[in-house]
Amino acid sequence: MTGGRPGGDHPVLAFDEVCVSFGDVEVLRSVTADVADARVTVLAGPSGSGKTTLLRLCNRLEVPTSGTVRFRGEDVATLDPLVLRRAVGMVFQRPTLFPGTIGENFAVAAPDRADAYEEHLTQVGLPADWLDRRADDLSGGEAQRACLARTLLTGPEVLLMDEPTSALDPEATRTLEQLGTDLARSGLAVLWVSHDLAQVARIADACLVLHDGRLADDAWAEDYLADRAHPDDDPRGATP
Amino acid sequence: MTMLTTTPAATTTVTTGYVGWLGLLASLSLVGIAVAISLWQHLGLERSLIWASVRAIVQLLAVGALLAVVFSPHVPLAASWAWVLFMVVFAADTIRRRAPEVPGARGLALVSLGLATVVCLGVLFGLRIFPLNARTLIPLAGMVVGNSLTATVVAARRVVAEFSDKRAEVEARLALGLSSRDSARPYVRDALRTAMISQIESTKAVGLVFLPGAMTGLILAGEKPLQAVLVQAAVMFLILGAVATTAAAMSLGLSRRLFTPDHRLVRLARVAA
Repeated sequence: MTGGRPGGDHPVLAFDEVCVSFGDVEVLRSVTADVADARVTVLAGPSGSGKTTLLRLCNRLEVPTSGTVRFRGEDVATLDPLVLRRAVGMVFQRPTLFPGTIGENFAVAAPDRADAYEEHLTQVGLPADWLDRRADDLSGGEAQRACLARTLLTGPEVLLMDEPTSALDPEATRTLEQLGTDLARSGLAVLWVSHDLAQVARIADACLVLHDGRLADDAWAEDYLADRAHPDDDPRGATP
Repeated sequence: MTMLTTTPAATTTVTTGYVGWLGLLASLSLVGIAVAISLWQHLGLERSLIWASVRAIVQLLAVGALLAVVFSPHVPLAASWAWVLFMVVFAADTIRRRAPEVPGARGLALVSLGLATVVCLGVLFGLRIFPLNARTLIPLAGMVVGNSLTATVVAARRVVAEFSDKRAEVEARLALGLSSRDSARPYVRDALRTAMISQIESTKAVGLVFLPGAMTGLILAGEKPLQAVLVQAAVMFLILGAVATTAAAMSLGLSRRLFTPDHRLVRLARVAA
């Protein structure tokens, strides 16, 4: 460990000796870590190190083979998954807008909150009069921001971002990063998967680094970055 | 009410639709045309054409002999029900073989076909549209099972394909807090539409593009055209109902199998089609 564990006394998410296996393949091995409110925690590590699986445990799209995942101190296995998923929102690697308009997408997430749709569009930097715009007509960056707005409509306390900028151009990437950090400043816990060390430098408050399914580092971002000899290096091949 | 009498129409109108052994042999000349085309175009289908034709004759003769036994007034109706059960079980196994990528296909097909058979035959016989006897039960059950088979395979394969191809979309719905049933609904609906559209198009084209089998058979057997039309219409509606019932039961049943009780999408094994 290159720094103290950033989680506070009452972490919004906690992983306790979490293991995940798919058949004979061990994806996560005894991972113990915390995620705190009001921070961007970046989940880094090489491809296949288990980052996405760890993220999907938080909203029960996956379940651990052993160990416990806690949300606000409660084992997520004991919570109603439908309620949990509205509290722990997720934005996927590629934009996943459903066929139809932005407004129809928002109605899937929050059919009773039509009065909040325009506000959420402007929150993610899209024009308020875009509710009738078809999902097919959006660029990748616009679609990903619309996905973020759709997720925010469920009123999450945690935002899971699974490499949300991997398919975006630099400008759209910066916009989404700014949105992520702004949301963290407003109190949300943001757990953001990233391969890009430069992105870690731009957005991270804390870092969890996985390697071969094990937690290799759990540190404040500045400590983690200070330990990297070349900050512009891609961390995919690095062993923390 | 249409009536399908227990007296074979052919026995009173042999001059219209009677086909003797010589006639059957003569009709084989049409198979000869198909073989000739295969030879001409180097399709390599000659053996398949001959084998399929021989097999069809043998199978139909065997079925005809069995039907003669089952239709005998001394044989109880239970034998006909056993025949229906065999058809359902055999069709379910056929569906399993034609849709290997579908988890639990045989069990779901058994339930779907069984349900459609009970519902459709229940309507036809319960409302006395047809009299319940061996001569009506077996052919009508055959219509239900035979015509539902393709639609059931299409529905099952379509559901699996939708959930495989659009896994990210389905999981995005789950991640928004939707239940597995709500998350599956758009994809099940697409699969159902695909499975049913072919039968709907056939129903729309009937009489204009083609004369369907039951009507053709009755007319060839000497039945009055209006009576043949009434029987055919009832059979078409039977098939529509059966296709809708089996496709819906298969799609909904399968979509439930593709989720865990805690609303997670299961991993689907990829099987080459």
